[in-house]
Amino acid sequence: MPINVLMPALSPTMTEGKIARWLKKEGDAVRSGDVLAEIETDKATMEVEAVDEGTVGKILVPEGTEGVAVNETIAMLLEDGEDPSAIADAKPKEKAQPKAKEAPAEASEEKAETGTGVSEPSKAKAPPKESRPAAPKIAPPTDVDPRFYTETTSITVREALRDAMAEEMRRDPDVFLMGEEVAEYQGAYKVSQGLLDEFGSRRVVDTPITESGFTGLAIGAAFSGLKPIVEFMTFNFAMQAMDHLINSAAKTLYMSGGQIHCHMVFRGPNGAAARVAAQHSQCYASWYSHIPGLKVVSPFGADDAKGLLKAAIRDPNPVIFLEHEILYGRTGDVPVDPDFVVPLGKARVLREGSDVTIVGFSRPLVYALEAAERLAEEGISVEVIDLRTLRPLDSETIVRSVAKTGRIVTVEEGWPYAGIGSEIAARIMEEAFDYLDAPLQRVCAADVPLPYAANLERLALPDTEDVIEAVRAVTYRA
Amino acid sequence: MARAAKTPTSRSRATAKSKGKRALPSRPAKPDLDKGALLKLYRDMSLIRRFEEKAGQLYGQGQIAGFCHLYIGQEAVVVGMQANLTPDDTVVTTYRDHGHMLACGMDPKGVMAELTGRRGGYSHGKGGSMHMFSKEKNFYGGHGIVGACVPVGTGLAFAHRYRGKNNVSLTYYGDGAANQGQVFESFNMAALWKLPCVFIIENNQYGMGTSVSRASASPDFFKRGEPFGIPGHKVDGMDILAVRKAGAEAVAHCRAGKGPFILQMETYRYRGHSMSDPARYRTREEVQKVREERDPIDHLSDLLFTHNLAKPDDLKKIDAEVKKIVTDAADFAVNDAEPAPEELYTDVLVEA
Repeated sequence: MPINVLMPALSPTMTEGKIARWLKKEGDAVRSGDVLAEIETDKATMEVEAVDEGTVGKILVPEGTEGVAVNETIAMLLEDGEDPSAIADAKPKEKAQPKAKEAPAEASEEKAETGTGVSEPSKAKAPPKESRPAAPKIAPPTDVDPRFYTETTSITVREALRDAMAEEMRRDPDVFLMGEEVAEYQGAYKVSQGLLDEFGSRRVVDTPITESGFTGLAIGAAFSGLKPIVEFMTFNFAMQAMDHLINSAAKTLYMSGGQIHCHMVFRGPNGAAARVAAQHSQCYASWYSHIPGLKVVSPFGADDAKGLLKAAIRDPNPVIFLEHEILYGRTGDVPVDPDFVVPLGKARVLREGSDVTIVGFSRPLVYALEAAERLAEEGISVEVIDLRTLRPLDSETIVRSVAKTGRIVTVEEGWPYAGIGSEIAARIMEEAFDYLDAPLQRVCAADVPLPYAANLERLALPDTEDVIEAVRAVTYRA
Repeated sequence: MARAAKTPTSRSRATAKSKGKRALPSRPAKPDLDKGALLKLYRDMSLIRRFEEKAGQLYGQGQIAGFCHLYIGQEAVVVGMQANLTPDDTVVTTYRDHGHMLACGMDPKGVMAELTGRRGGYSHGKGGSMHMFSKEKNFYGGHGIVGACVPVGTGLAFAHRYRGKNNVSLTYYGDGAANQGQVFESFNMAALWKLPCVFIIENNQYGMGTSVSRASASPDFFKRGEPFGIPGHKVDGMDILAVRKAGAEAVAHCRAGKGPFILQMETYRYRGHSMSDPARYRTREEVQKVREERDPIDHLSDLLFTHNLAKPDDLKKIDAEVKKIVTDAADFAVNDAEPAPEELYTDVLVEA
């Protein structure tokens, strides 16, 4: 029996990749451990090793093919003595055709055509491309000069974050980046790709895997006037540095009577990635938002990712910048002007509506927008607000919306207890009680450590159905 | 309830005490005894001693509250080390920080007023004993969490190197903090990146109420940099000239770009861990013995007399000057206004 060589998944979130190069050709003998090919994802280039012995019978996916789905057969091996006729029927794939994605929902780095800033969510459950509903209209930001949007480029959130850092490092020699694998490895999630080449090892600093130590060190550097950007490989690991984040970074300005400030950014992916289980999947938004002395930002679209990160780097305070691994690969139209900055502390209305307000941030906005689209078909007009900054919270925009809709749903990937939704609920009680026509509903992660099993993980995390259900509840259509 | 009457004991001043009261320890005569410099060391140590005694008094009177950790007994460490610094060098320490601030040249009035929680304090009354800073004097705290100042001090050294300056970071911490993981994380980075950081362990023998022998598998803190290639010395922290000399070597090592240095200062605190420490973990006799035999101020005044560098009257003059500074500081600190209520909401964030 010929052996099928399948396109491997090389990271928890990889769903497709490019065959960059074949290192074996048809007819070559291979042994277990031989490198067969190089595969590129948007994060990295990796080698595929043979796990079986045999002869390369047929290469089905030629070099240079992009969008090859995980588990697709890319080559066939013949076992010892096997006749080539066994694979005579197998047809090589045509190189030209771009592949539509068929990834399971929970593992998809949703990529789609660009909209204004935020691209349309493409979910596995969605029908094939041609019959999909039109991309939701994302309203342009109202707090940014529209002139910036006259010249844009379509890039991923990952590239937008990198560009933001590069621009700010060019602008200010006191800004530097440090963290695990940010320099030579080019970033564990490739966010810092190319920065070492441009800025050198003085300003792009690989650290040991010692969060407490290097966070405290960066804060000491900030005390003396430098402006560090600290990348946490993920925010899960920042718990080891929590004392420094709170006691050293957030409180020192106050404790010093205004003498010592901490001009710095702590950034990295936050929340659940895909199938990485409880210790690597926590949303820390409410933890940091609890702390006076910090600003907390969490971007959604590529344009905001760039504009908000630039603002965070320029802000003289310690800013916690919560990214999302699943959003890194999404594209959007991003202004190219280096003066483009999105102000901190302002929410953004992503979609206007009149019946219900959905408030969220980061990845769950994918579900909010999708829910809004589907609910529109039922005649429910949903307004979607991206908080963008979690501290200080833009209550004004939320209250203004609730005054219009009378109904509100919050959505987040964190736990319900004392979450961001709880804070919004409290503010609605204080500031918008009279506008309400129904009690607020929260959509959150289940109140459990995140499970590994695919079905349980799906149950634990919020999704579009959860949002739709909550909207129906507040509109009494359940 | 009436507060127990605590009359300030008329503790004898160094000048009176040192008249032939104890023999000079048999140390070799130092060839580089510069009278002016030694008198300055005497003055700076005396200022800390008298300041801390006054702070203790004010605590007893209810003028100072909360946690208040006095530096009495350890004066030679910070005064000896600071003698090697230039104004652009940086200092960071733990919560036992009053002595460090005075040695950095911070105004005693501002320090004392912070202890009493008044608006003229260095942090406008919002920091207190453990949280004071002076950007002007390059003093970066004043950290209340054991061990946390160590990476921060390493970061100050990182900044010196980043800027290409020839400055050093003095990072003080105690024998208790020496066992913290983040200290080793800092050693690793400081050695890896050759940062100009002097790690100064003030071994005052007790981490709160736990003696070194009960908390540390090895009391040789100066050797703890060995795996990282960081040189270290153990120093008699009660002998200010030994401290100054060791400090000079360590600082020169850093300025030469050779990376960090560790100094283990063997010292002793006469008072409790904080003002509310009943001190059951050691005997009165133990404390008394150190005071009589190893007191750093007595040691220096004996040296001055033995080498005919000062007469009792010279030191008395300094004592009077110091006493006035401390009295003025205390007067200011108890009479200054409390912070304005509006201060509650200032200094949380810098206006962007």
